Amino acid sequence: MNAISKLSIGQVNSMVLLRLLIGWHFLYEGVIKVYSTTWTAKGYLLSASFFQPFFQWLASESILPAVDVLNIFILLVVGASLLIGFRTKWACLAGIGLLLLYYLAHPAFPWLPQGPSEGSYWLVNKNLIEAAALLVLALFPTEKRFGIERMFKTKK
Amino acid sequence: MSTKQNIFQTLTRRDWLKSLGGLSLFGAVWSAGASFSTKAKRERNILLQTLNIKAAAPPPTATMEGSPLRIGIIGFGGRGEHLVRSLGYATTEWLEEMSRAEKENPADTRLKEFKDQENLNIRLTGVCDVFDVHANKALQSFNGNGNTCKRYRTATEMINSGEVDAVVIATPDHWHAPLSIEAINAGIHVYVEKPMTHSIEETYTLRNAVIENPKVVFALGHQHRQTQSFLTAQDAIAKNVLGHISLVMTATNRNDDNGAWQYDIHPDANTKTIDWELFLGSAPKIPFNAEHFFRWRKWWAYGSGLSGDLMTHDYDRINCILKMGIPKFVTASGGIYTHRDGRNVPDVMQINMEFPDFKTGTSQEIGKEQGMTFVYSATLGNQLDRGTVLMGHDGSMELGNAVTIFADSGSTRYKKMIEEKRIDPYVPIFQYDPSVNGVDAVTSATAKYFANKGLLWTYRDGKRVDSTFLHLREWISCIRNGGKPSCGIQEGFEEAITAHMGGLSYKLGRKIEWDNEVQKIIALPGEDLDAILLDNKV
Repeated sequence: MNAISKLSIGQVNSMVLLRLLIGWHFLYEGVIKVYSTTWTAKGYLLSASFFQPFFQWLASESILPAVDVLNIFILLVVGASLLIGFRTKWACLAGIGLLLLYYLAHPAFPWLPQGPSEGSYWLVNKNLIEAAALLVLALFPTEKRFGIERMFKTKK
Repeated sequence: MSTKQNIFQTLTRRDWLKSLGGLSLFGAVWSAGASFSTKAKRERNILLQTLNIKAAAPPPTATMEGSPLRIGIIGFGGRGEHLVRSLGYATTEWLEEMSRAEKENPADTRLKEFKDQENLNIRLTGVCDVFDVHANKALQSFNGNGNTCKRYRTATEMINSGEVDAVVIATPDHWHAPLSIEAINAGIHVYVEKPMTHSIEETYTLRNAVIENPKVVFALGHQHRQTQSFLTAQDAIAKNVLGHISLVMTATNRNDDNGAWQYDIHPDANTKTIDWELFLGSAPKIPFNAEHFFRWRKWWAYGSGLSGDLMTHDYDRINCILKMGIPKFVTASGGIYTHRDGRNVPDVMQINMEFPDFKTGTSQEIGKEQGMTFVYSATLGNQLDRGTVLMGHDGSMELGNAVTIFADSGSTRYKKMIEEKRIDPYVPIFQYDPSVNGVDAVTSATAKYFANKGLLWTYRDGKRVDSTFLHLREWISCIRNGGKPSCGIQEGFEEAITAHMGGLSYKLGRKIEWDNEVQKIIALPGEDLDAILLDNKV
């Protein structure tokens, strides 16, 4: 019935570890932005190398404040959800959506400018990998093994 | 309720740990992020309070009301067109071109910015250009909408017509001073492009003319004085953030034909459409030469090479911040290495200016530090952006449209803070970027180069404004409401003398000295410095 019920303990623990690491990353990114008075996605959006009209529209004066708040909110919610183990499937899907937006604004296409980056990428970059990892987590939810939902697990 | 109680009752210690373990991680990550951010912010605020640099507010904007000011433009080439546009008058051709550019690229806001520009309440009543095509372009564009623009064959006719209150001079260099002097003596206000003069002698004559006509407002076209970042930099220097500045480095880097003054030659240029004799003026008499007419910056007869054309911008940028005046010594070198096309002004040039008495305050014992070298380094064969750097004992300042200050790892003032790891010499201690997060639709490489130097655009209340517009506005405001332009005759005198010392050192191959007591460039016995400077054979 459950995808993880067929997994070994080691496999489940690895899944939990992956979930906690990604949750950690999302939450920290969100918290830093909450406490920064100057952070905005404007630069990232305006310098988009793909789907420019869309991302530049997101950066327009009237939309941007909502985009900034929504971005921080999703980072915090996804991070919290993955860390505490609550509704992780929905969090994974929301996280994938956000990461794909990051990816599409600056995709690692060889014919597009790469901009500042800490590594070398061809088509695949860390945003895409993190999104794929979230897809795995969405298909193998572990919150009933480690997470707040374990509390409410129906005992058989 | 009873079901829940049952669930909780069945939870083991292991279940509790596995259920709530994530909460502790959540708390740990949140508090780590919060404490890191708060600490960084607190450190930053302490540092900013210590430095106490104020991004100076723009000078109060004076009124433009009253009867319209009547302005005449002398020299309606590329720069003349830009100046007139800043006054609110764009040619039909430019409007059409910008309209097309806007359609092709919605991020191109040049047309919108022009339309949004404040009305300076002026009438463009006259144009004077020796080339019929230029003059006719002005006449066709500026007659209508309540404006009447008349062509004058000579500047003398325009100045004495009684139909202009002020003139904007954007001619080749050798006409700057003669026309300015004539206008000032006739009581007409003057805005002249840089360099202020073409010879040493006329620098003194022009200064005397301005002093003798105190009612006339004279301004020199170094528009970067309006740039917000320069006002911020001035305050940082006043607060002695950098310590004693011993070296300033500025550079010109261009690598395109336009940047090397290889402008297009108009197909209609000939002896019938150009008043060649009038163009030549004081220059050596030679037969009509279209290349000399359109690319006059390449010859000493009409232009001033890198020292007058571009070093003057950098010199005045630094002079407006450090107020160091005329250098005691100037040594220049260079050659024609990138454009061997018959020009006689150098295209690669290095000018070292020495200021042995210069002081900006110190963080060390009094008397240890004094004196500064200002290096201007230029090539027209490479466009690596080398920026502008002011180097002091306590810190370095990178200066452009933004101001970035780094503490120096050997600083006395910041020693304790560096030891306590509260300052990282590799992370700026101060940054001022008025365009923060903005991406400009500045297109050409040359435009970008000037924008980075703070020469094209500045920001007022977060809105991008053409600094040439602000500079002209300041001049017009002084005419209307009184006051002194930020780049007036004294600043112009210092700029012109320094440029001429650079040109002389290049031509003579020796160190040129300024005698501040007698206010003269020292010449060797029998030496005619102006003849050497203007010599068009070398």
